[in-house]
Amino acid sequence: MLKHTTGLILAGAVAFAATAEAREIKVGFIAPKSGGAAQLGDQMEKGARLYMKLHAKDLGGDTIKLIVRDSKRPGGPIAKAAAQELIAREKVEILGGVIFSPNAMSIAPLVTAAKVPFVIMNAGTAFITKLSPNIARVSFTMWQAGYIMGEHAAKEMGCKTAISGYTNYPPGKDSVAAFARGFEGAGGKVIDSIPMGGPREAPDFTPFFQRVKDKKPGCFYVFVPAGNHAAGVAKTYLSLGMRKAGVKLIGPGDITQDTQLQGMGKAAVGVITAHHYHADLATPENQAFVKAWKAAYGAKSTPDFVGVGGYDGMAAVFHIIKSAKGGKITADSAIGALKGWHFNSPRGPITIDPETREIVQNVYVAQVYEDKGMLRQKKLKTFEAVKDKCKELKIGRCGK
Amino acid sequence: MTAATARTNGGAAAALLRAHRFRAIELLPWAIAIAVYFLFPGYRLLATQILVLILFAISLDLIVGYAGIVSLGHAAFFGTGAYTAALLADAGWQEPISALALGAVTAGLLGWVSGWIILRTRELTLLMLTMALGIILYELAKDLDDITGGFDGINFENSAILGLFPFDVLYYTTNYWYAFAFLVLGFLVARTVVHAPFGRSLVGIRENVRRMHAIGTPVQQRMRHVYVIAAAIAGVAGAIWVQVQGNITIGVYEFEMSGNILIMLILGGTGRLYGAFIGVTVFTILENLTETVLGTDPPYWELVVGVALVVTVLFAPRGLLGVFDPLIRRFRERSA
Repeated sequence: MLKHTTGLILAGAVAFAATAEAREIKVGFIAPKSGGAAQLGDQMEKGARLYMKLHAKDLGGDTIKLIVRDSKRPGGPIAKAAAQELIAREKVEILGGVIFSPNAMSIAPLVTAAKVPFVIMNAGTAFITKLSPNIARVSFTMWQAGYIMGEHAAKEMGCKTAISGYTNYPPGKDSVAAFARGFEGAGGKVIDSIPMGGPREAPDFTPFFQRVKDKKPGCFYVFVPAGNHAAGVAKTYLSLGMRKAGVKLIGPGDITQDTQLQGMGKAAVGVITAHHYHADLATPENQAFVKAWKAAYGAKSTPDFVGVGGYDGMAAVFHIIKSAKGGKITADSAIGALKGWHFNSPRGPITIDPETREIVQNVYVAQVYEDKGMLRQKKLKTFEAVKDKCKELKIGRCGK
Repeated sequence: MTAATARTNGGAAAALLRAHRFRAIELLPWAIAIAVYFLFPGYRLLATQILVLILFAISLDLIVGYAGIVSLGHAAFFGTGAYTAALLADAGWQEPISALALGAVTAGLLGWVSGWIILRTRELTLLMLTMALGIILYELAKDLDDITGGFDGINFENSAILGLFPFDVLYYTTNYWYAFAFLVLGFLVARTVVHAPFGRSLVGIRENVRRMHAIGTPVQQRMRHVYVIAAAIAGVAGAIWVQVQGNITIGVYEFEMSGNILIMLILGGTGRLYGAFIGVTVFTILENLTETVLGTDPPYWELVVGVALVVTVLFAPRGLLGVFDPLIRRFRERSA
């Protein structure tokens, strides 16, 4: 009898310990921390860490150990070896981060085999989510902004013709393809499409822009990667006097990235972009977010869409952990929890599409203006709950 | 002739005679490679990458270290072998070994054609031309991204090796031994080449090309032959590189690939085959594992790699393996 009772007590105690014991959940985070894209990786990590700091209590005693690995170059091998090490040696339960699409692509088969959920916080090539059932994306696809910008340019800006100029690599091609689809669907005509060098170095844009000016389109849609290309775009546009010639400069928000905006100078004033985030969004969520960001990283630091990707990505990671309720995190349960997950992000309400595991979010058309010597962006129009058109229309590899 | 010169002459001849013989210490790198497999399963993809890069560096050593042809575009062959294997797999030809063999053929052909032009030149011109070839192929692969996948790349799958051993995308078991086996094979080929009269004549060309002309060696032909052999081995390395990872991007043609492999080779020591083993291993480990010790804020790996290179150039101009040369010589003299 006594034995029986102690046995019961012991069993009870063990059960209690199992539920109450605080767990440390290892989360792998892969981002460029050196080289040309280090600033993007830094921005994303800051976003992720800010969410962890502000919501530490939400996990009820559990803690997250964020293990950061430097993806260094855009190609696959270094990020892939880092992912293998994180999964096989560090035994991370969740993998996240990733700025470059090729990094995400190379990691996809690994997370399928290891049954580890993979939360993509930036990489925007549209078809990536198709590569593994264990991928969910909380950032964007190139199609979301491009398609909307095309529609808006034709319907609201009175552009009958347009030319697109793009950095010649897959996101650039994605972006201009989306623009053309939206623009021509709404009755416009794209009369030329100009590749403008590769992503590594910002080229001299003058010859490309001169060609555009000579053809006099209503709108000039430009895609350049986030980072140091954008300043050159605005400056060339101004120095060639294209605005006076009646050519409107438009693009996805990559060309007015918040962290680059002030460096672009007055040349950027008047530029219209479509994007899922800019730091001047006047929602309470965003204002609180920007305030917390500046409190954590200094008044001069500003979040941009990459930072929000990290922030929302970490929110998704928290959601996975919370919905596991102390149990084991598997890819099935984690991705299952993320499907249809809803979150009030600084960028507005976001959902993960249960069918495609892709983000559904607002896209804002905004214009750059000057206010007390600072460049800001003013929201002109909101498009709500925008899905990825590439997968909806089954274009190219999105349709396979 | 004095007794002393007779002895040194005899010593040199004996040294030449025993150069090709296997010594016990040559088992050491292979023993380490086998041990690494079992000791570090979590670093196995990295270890696999190291094995493949060693093979790539060995192929470069054949032309740089033995024939004296310094190339900054060796990734042209690596990438060509890689794309051959990857595109075949992507198109449905998933048998890995035949794809790899074809990779060797395409890379070898490219070496033969490009060698025809490149090897007519010398020194800086030659260096520029090798670089140009690499850049042309890089741009070509980038522009043909409907086929090559370009910057984003493509994922593909290979069937099981010999129909028995499937590639492992998580623990890289088969993948490791696949790379290991072809490294052994490639190394044996390279070792045979450099110790054969053919290889000796390459060293002669490197050291004194006029004399080799004077004694009737077909210099141009020898150079072209070794260039094709090196290109084919680099093609094999490239094919394995993408097969074990199941993924390819235009990174295989990148200038960094050519530049880094040359740096790794110089770091280890050129003209000695084993320099490739040391250089690749040290460089790759510093590049990838610095952050596990020092973290990523800020990332120190570039500093660590840079300092290692400067120190090597200053204190071990013949590479890390060259450091042991005086010791070995002294040991030999004492034992003789």
